[in-house]
Amino acid sequence: MRNVIALRNGEAQLLADDGWQLLRHVEQPLPEGLLILPLADWLDREAQQPAGRDGLWLGPDDEIEALEPWLAQVALIAIDFPSFRDGRGYSQAYLLRTRLGWQGELRAVGDVLRDQLSHMRQCGFDSFAVREDKCAEDALKGLAGMSVLYGRSVIEPRPLFRRR
Amino acid sequence: MYQYDEYDRALVFERVAQFRDQVQRFMGGELSEEEFLPLRLQNGLYLQKHAYMLRVAIPYGTLGARQMRTLAMIAREYDRGYGHFTTRQNIQFNWIELAQVPDILQRLAEVEMHAIQTSGNCVRNITTEAFAGVAADELLDPRPLAEILRQWSTINPEFLFLPRKFKIAICSAREDRAAIMMHDIGLYLYRDAQGQMCLRVMVGGGLGRTPILGLQIREGLPWQHLLSYVEAILRVYNRHGRRDNKYKARIKILVKALGIDAFAREVEQEWQHIKDGPAQLTEDEFQRVAAAFEPPAYASVVDEALAYETHLAQDHAFARWVACCVKPHKVPGYASVVLSTKPGEASPPGDLTAAQMEAVADWSEQFGFGEIRIAHEQNLILPDVRKQDLHALWRLACERDLGTANIGLLTDIIACPGGDFCALANAKSIPIAQSIQRCFDDLDYLHDLGELSLNISGCINACGHHHIGNIGILGVDKNGSEWYQITLGGAQGKHSTLGKVIGPSFSAAEIPRVIEQIIATYCAYRELDEPFVDTVRRVGLEPFKERVYGKRPEALICVM
Repeated sequence: MRNVIALRNGEAQLLADDGWQLLRHVEQPLPEGLLILPLADWLDREAQQPAGRDGLWLGPDDEIEALEPWLAQVALIAIDFPSFRDGRGYSQAYLLRTRLGWQGELRAVGDVLRDQLSHMRQCGFDSFAVREDKCAEDALKGLAGMSVLYGRSVIEPRPLFRRR
Repeated sequence: MYQYDEYDRALVFERVAQFRDQVQRFMGGELSEEEFLPLRLQNGLYLQKHAYMLRVAIPYGTLGARQMRTLAMIAREYDRGYGHFTTRQNIQFNWIELAQVPDILQRLAEVEMHAIQTSGNCVRNITTEAFAGVAADELLDPRPLAEILRQWSTINPEFLFLPRKFKIAICSAREDRAAIMMHDIGLYLYRDAQGQMCLRVMVGGGLGRTPILGLQIREGLPWQHLLSYVEAILRVYNRHGRRDNKYKARIKILVKALGIDAFAREVEQEWQHIKDGPAQLTEDEFQRVAAAFEPPAYASVVDEALAYETHLAQDHAFARWVACCVKPHKVPGYASVVLSTKPGEASPPGDLTAAQMEAVADWSEQFGFGEIRIAHEQNLILPDVRKQDLHALWRLACERDLGTANIGLLTDIIACPGGDFCALANAKSIPIAQSIQRCFDDLDYLHDLGELSLNISGCINACGHHHIGNIGILGVDKNGSEWYQITLGGAQGKHSTLGKVIGPSFSAAEIPRVIEQIIATYCAYRELDEPFVDTVRRVGLEPFKERVYGKRPEALICVM
C-alpha cells in the first residue's frame, strides 16, 4: 500500500510503499505478494491452506468476535472506513486491542484523513493508509492530537481522573 | 462552580489552536466542505440561512458573571448585539464570520468556556435542571456527576462519529425539571435504602420525527459505575445503531428495534467486561469535583421578612411576579429568581441583548454569588437571592425588560429560532410566538389561566420541544408554504406525555384565533383551578376539535 504512516516503537514513519496489497474484491488467481483480503476470503483461504502470511480487512458490518480463534494466524488486520464519518471502526479497533488482545499491526484503511488520525491512534491503530489523494506527510501533523484526554483509550487505559 | 485546572485549560486552548488551523485549511482550499463539516459542527459552528451560527456550550446551564460578560462582549463585537439561549441550556450567536470564529473561541477559552461538541454526531452538552444545588425539593446535587460526564465525553476518541447526535441529562429532585425521559440517556440520581448514591438509567428517549419517552434500562446502578455503564451503552449504539438513514439513526430506533430487554442484555454483556476496570469512578475524583459545588457562604437570615412581606401585601405587580418567577430555595431566607426572556412582542423567546447580559451579570454579583443558570425553557435564573432583595431586583429586572411575570404561563413560549434563521426549518417560529403573545398580553388573565406551556418548533427536529408542550405548534411545509400543526396534552416532568395532533394544520394567520379557541374551550370545561393539561386529559381532544374545526372560518378575535 502507498501513503502509509506506521508507528514503529512509538516513532512515526512514512512509507511510500510497504509491500502490502489491499484487495477490495478477490478474483482468482490471487496476485503474488503480501495480501490484505476481505475477512470472508481470508477465512476461506486459511481453511484451505493455512499460510499465516496474509492480512485481512474488516468492514464496518463485520463482527470482530468472529476473528477470535484465528488471531494467531493473522499477519495484519486492517479496518475499513468507507467514510470518515462512519465511526464503527473506532469501536472495532478498541475491542480488538482490549477485548481480543490483538498485538499485531492494526491499520486504518479507506477514508483515512489527517483530522481523525489522533482518534484512530488513541483507539489502537498503529498504521494508517492515508487516502491516496492526500499528502501523508501533511497528515502526519494530525497524528499527535491534543495533550489531554479525559477518558481512556487503548494507549492510555487510565482515565485522566486516575492520573490527575 | 467548577474551576478549570491545568488539564482543562490546556484542552480548550489546544482545541482553539487545532480549529484555527482547520479553518485556515478550509479557507485555503485544503479541506473540502465535506471534510470540514463535521470538524466545524464539533466546534459548534453551523451554516444557517444567512450566516454561520456559533453555539457555545454552557455545561449543565451554569454560568459565572465573568463568563456572561464575555458572552455580551462576543454579542457586541462579533455579532449583532444579541444572543439566543436555547432549549439545551446553550447560547447561539446567529451572525458570525467564519474567519473570526477562532478568535471568539480564544476569548471563550480565556473564561473557561468552549463550543466543543455542541453539534455533530457525538455526545452533546450534558444538561441538568436549572435549579441544581438550590432547589427545595432536591435529593442530591447532580452537578458533580454532570461535570464528570462532561469531561469523560469531551473528545472521547471512540465516540466522535456516532450514528447521530447523543444527548444525556441528569436530575435529582422530586420534580423532573431536566426532561430526562426525552434524552438518549436520562439519569435519575437518588439514595437507595442503604443510603448509597445510585442511578436509575433511562435510554432511548427523544423528540424529533419519532417522539418516544425513554425506557428504564437499569435501576440502582452504583454511582461509581456511571462512566462504564454509559460507555457500554455508547459502544453498543456505535456498533449497531443504524447509519443508512439519518431519521432512523438515533438510539431510540435501535432500542425499539431490539426491544428494551434485548438491548439491555447487550449493554449488560458489554458492561461486564469493563465495569470493574479503570473506568470505575473513585471517591477521590467525586470529592475533587464535588468540592467545586459546595454551597456558597449563605448568610444566616433571621426574620428579615418584614419588608418583603410588606412589599408583597402592598404591591400587586410585585406579588404577581413573585407568584410565578420566584422559586423556593433550600436555604431559609433565600429564593431563586427566574428572569423571563419572553417580554412579548419586543423580543423573541430566549434572546438577550449584550446590555441585558451585562445587567444580569451585575445582578448576579449584587444579589447573589456571581452565578447564573440557563433553564431549558430559555429563561435565566439567579439561584441565590435573599428574599429581602427581591423587590429591588424585580424593579431592576423590569427596567431591563426581564421582569415579565409570565414564567410557566401561556406567553412563556418555548420556541426555536425557526425559519428566520435556521436552514432546516420548514416554517418560522418567532412571528408565531409574537402573534400569540400579542393576543394574550393581559397578565391578570394569564395568571387566571394558570400553568400552561406552549412550545413551537419550526420543523420536525423539534428543537422547540413541541411534543411536550401542553400546546405544541409544529411548522410544516405544504407545497412550499408554511403551515402549523397543533398538538394538545403534552407534558414534561415525571408525568411526561407526548401531545396528540388535533387535526389538519393552519396558516400562520389562523394561529392566534385557534389558540384563543383552545383557551376558550379550556375555560368552558375547567373545574375550579384545574391546570390546562389536566382538563385536556380529563375531557379529551374532542371538545377542542369541535371548537376549533366546527365552525371555521371565524373572525379573528382576541378578546380577553
